[in-house]
Amino acid sequence: MTRQQVLDLYFMEARARLIDLGAFLDRVERASGEEDFRMRAFRKALAELSRGERDHARRVLLVLSDPTTDPIDKAPGKGAVGAWPGTT
Amino acid sequence: MRYIEPHGHMVSRVTDDYVDMVTAGCQCVCEPAFWAGFDRSSADGFHDYFCQLTEHEPRRAAKFGLPHYCWLCINPKESEDVRLAEEVIGIIPKFLDRPNVLGIGEIGLNKNSKNELKVLEMHVDLAARTAQLILVHTPHLEDKLKGTRLILDVLKNDRRIQPERCIIDHVEEHTVQMVLDAGFWAGMTLYPESKCTAARAIDIIEQYGSERLWMNSACDWGVSVPLAVPYAALEMRRRGHSADAIDRMIYQNPLRFLSQCPKFKLART
Repeated sequence: MTRQQVLDLYFMEARARLIDLGAFLDRVERASGEEDFRMRAFRKALAELSRGERDHARRVLLVLSDPTTDPIDKAPGKGAVGAWPGTT
Repeated sequence: MRYIEPHGHMVSRVTDDYVDMVTAGCQCVCEPAFWAGFDRSSADGFHDYFCQLTEHEPRRAAKFGLPHYCWLCINPKESEDVRLAEEVIGIIPKFLDRPNVLGIGEIGLNKNSKNELKVLEMHVDLAARTAQLILVHTPHLEDKLKGTRLILDVLKNDRRIQPERCIIDHVEEHTVQMVLDAGFWAGMTLYPESKCTAARAIDIIEQYGSERLWMNSACDWGVSVPLAVPYAALEMRRRGHSADAIDRMIYQNPLRFLSQCPKFKLART
């Protein structure tokens, strides 16, 4: 596909998601209380999008991932939350 | 259009989903064993579940002319209890000869714990001893990268395992390369929120080729879409992929992998 064709096919969808993203940040910032590690990871991932390099999706996923390599002693539960609690 | 649903948890779905899938061109469905949303209290619970997968569910699918195959295991979400896992793994061999059993799956990791790893190794050993195909679940979200690495280490360290007979499922942009580079097949799960959207899955196909990739809906009791594979085919068509390329991705590729199990037979379409 040409870049023009990609834009014709996906721009409106991406535009809608971009506005949703802005609205989500507004919603979080309007709310009272403290953010947690998920928003720290989210903001780091957002920064990846403006770095001008390729592989945006992969780099976002890496920012949101547990970077450690050793198995943990015991599973704390079953679910995942979408970001690594150790994110600084 | 014809397609294979290589990963669908049909015990969680209503009969109307079977009707929709067959109407959309589904030629067969393959159902890995998984977590019911609650922990089963004993190995007897798994015995009943394996009977459901090998007796009842094939009959339900057959009412709509749809062949039903399955994979057996104790899912990683229930692998923290090693003693229970040993009991469950102990009853699997008596089901392996049943006509719709394709292999061991979906095994793998969930939270990447030491006990989960032990149980994964036990499953891999069972598959190697009994010459079964393997279907691997990789962890969710933040745990996927680490879990995929740990799983690949386990599989690569067992010299009996042939990568071309294993599919590592739920890959995304940050894990697909390592799976394909190690010689394994890779599955992309099409979910509305987590895992891959159709557009991202097709991006991956366009970047990595379609040689050892398949797509599945993994439809279950959670947010999921039983027709995700045909919807992805439509997305491929919108991007200008040929009918042959779409058929290769949604029918021929799963057919090629699954046909490594001699019990897997499909009527010619």
